[in-house]
Parts: sequence; C-alpha cells; structure tokens
Amino acid sequence: MAVEKASVNPAHLLWEGGTQPLKAGYGKLMMWIFLLSDVFTFSGFLVVYGMIRFGAPSFKDVVPEMTHKTFEFSQLYWPIPDQVFKAVPFLHGINAPLVFVGIMTFILIFSSVTMVLAVEAGHRRDKADVEKWMLWTILGGIIFLSSQAWEWNHFIHGTDHGLLLADGTKVFGAKLGLNEYGPANFANLFFFITGFHGFHVFIGVLLNIMVYYNTANGVYEKRGHYEMVEKVGLYWHFVDLVWVFVFTFFYLV
Amino acid sequence: MENHNTTVERIKPNTKKLWKVFWILLGLTALEFIIAFTIDADHYKWTKIILFIILTIVKAYYIVGIFMHLKDETKAFIWTIVLPVIFVLWLIVALLIEGEYFGVERFNEIKEWINV
Repeated sequence: MAVEKASVNPAHLLWEGGTQPLKAGYGKLMMWIFLLSDVFTFSGFLVVYGMIRFGAPSFKDVVPEMTHKTFEFSQLYWPIPDQVFKAVPFLHGINAPLVFVGIMTFILIFSSVTMVLAVEAGHRRDKADVEKWMLWTILGGIIFLSSQAWEWNHFIHGTDHGLLLADGTKVFGAKLGLNEYGPANFANLFFFITGFHGFHVFIGVLLNIMVYYNTANGVYEKRGHYEMVEKVGLYWHFVDLVWVFVFTFFYLV
Repeated sequence: MENHNTTVERIKPNTKKLWKVFWILLGLTALEFIIAFTIDADHYKWTKIILFIILTIVKAYYIVGIFMHLKDETKAFIWTIVLPVIFVLWLIVALLIEGEYFGVERFNEIKEWINV
C-alpha cells in the first residue's frame, strides 16, 4: 500500500494510524487548528477595539464644526489615526501621515513572499534556496520589529508641543493612564494590540532562525522532507495576515 | 530516492505565481494609501471604511489562499478553517452594533446631565 500511494500519501505525511485525514500531515493540520484559535484571540481584540471605539464620541459629536483638516487632539473624543502616526525616523518635525507604517507593511509583505519562496524551495528539497530565502525572511522580521520599537518609542515620548489639559498642565506622549492623543483607551488598545502582534512576530523570528539553523545543518535533508519549513511558514503568513487587519482597523479607518 | 535531486539535476523553481501575488498585495496596499489621501473623510467616511474593509478581505484571500496554500487543500479542510471564521465575522459585526448603541446611550446620558 505504501508503495502504490507513495506519491499521494508520502510516508512522512501518514498519521500514526496509517491513514491521513483531510489529506494533510498531522503537524500541518494542527498548525492550522492552532492558527484558527489565534484568529479567535485576535478577533477578541478587534471586537474590544471596535466596541470601545464605536462607544466613544467622535470629534463630530463633540465639536460639530470641526473637520479632518482642522482636527485637534482632545481627551474628550477619539483621535484620527493619520494625525497620530505621522512621524518618520530621521525626519523630525516633518508631517508624513502613515508613511512609516506603510513602509512597515511593505517589509512584512515582502518577508511573507520570501517565506513562501522558502516553502517552495523546500518542496523541491533545494537546501541552498531554502537557506537563502529563510535568511531574507529573518531579516524582514528583524527590520519590522526594529521599526515597531521605534514607533512605540515615538508614541510614548510624543510630539514636541504635547497637549494642554484643562488644569493647565501639559501631557506629552502616551502612558497607560493618560495620553496626548485622545482617551486613555486609545493608547492602551494600541499598546495591547500592536504589542501582542509584535510578540507574535518575535516568536516567528525565533522559529525562522530555528528553521534556518536546522536547514543549514542538514536536519531536514536527512529527514527527507522540509515540512517544518511549511509549518513555520504558515505561522509567519498568519502574522502577516494579522498585520493586514491591524493596519486597516488601527491605522486607516 | 534519497539523492533524487541533490547532485545532478536541480529542479527549476516555479515562482512566477508567487511573485504575481506579491505585486497584487503591494498594489492593493498602494490603492489603500491613495484612498486614504484622496477621498474626503468628512463627507465620505463610510465609503472609505467599506472600501478599506473590502480591500482587506481581498488581501486576506490572497495571503490565505495562495501563500498559505489553503486553496490546494481538500474541501473539508477548507471549510474546517473558513466556517468558524465566518461566525467570528458575524460576532464582530454584532458587537460593533452593540458598541454604537452603548455610545449613543452614554452620550445621551451625559447630555441630559449637562442640561440639568
């Protein structure tokens, strides 16, 4: 049986019972199930974010004559994201809304395509190609994490002018209880959601380094298949997918 | 079988489709930026939001379908993953509607409190 079906059900993809439910390897299927549970977690965050944002007054509710052009920060209403995220490293004081986060998005999409190229090379059992594309993917992940660190740093330290409060004091940047951009929940949700996503990216980079190390040492070559690259690749694409949603709902909308 | 493609013949990579998806994703992201900066948010706020959501779902389709190869799996596999997500989408929509109701109620309360 094993010989006849070798092309359809390679030995390494058979489960312990000798069959193969859903025509997928055990590890890959379980990775998908794990990712589904992670979808629930991130959906929970998006639900919380959406509910709090829909429940908070917008600037039109509080100051009806204000437009997007004349928008000013206040703790009474939710801020417009592209007024908050408009700083770029080395370009201090230059107004560039969403440019830096656009670069971050590009980096993550690019590292996603290098990952899928590594998976494709794994199917061909081309060790050198897997190594090459894994290195590009690791590089992309590290650049993304560094960018996020810079963005957090800027968000925490805030703008030069800060926000004047009713009691005459000024607040700069964002802390958990108070921030210059809007209601406390705005900064808290930003830290919570992008932080949890960044943590996922960090784990992904560690897994990618492990895969690169094993590939370079010929572990998968000896094993006869590169399914591990595929499994870690699924995780990495999922991280990219989450960013697509975070980007839309936190930065664009 | 072990040394099938290690020495002499190296199978040529077939990555045209993957790079195509990369350019599609990049193009859609660029389109999102164009929408963000050209459509007037004061008058067409919901047009913008709906466009963003549609583009996000298209991007998600390409990432999950092509990059994660879900399209190549069996039907039962695909529905195992997609069906729960559809329910989650409904949960999100339902709770957003609830959130807006909370907001309106709270806002009315504040207004009454200010008037009295």
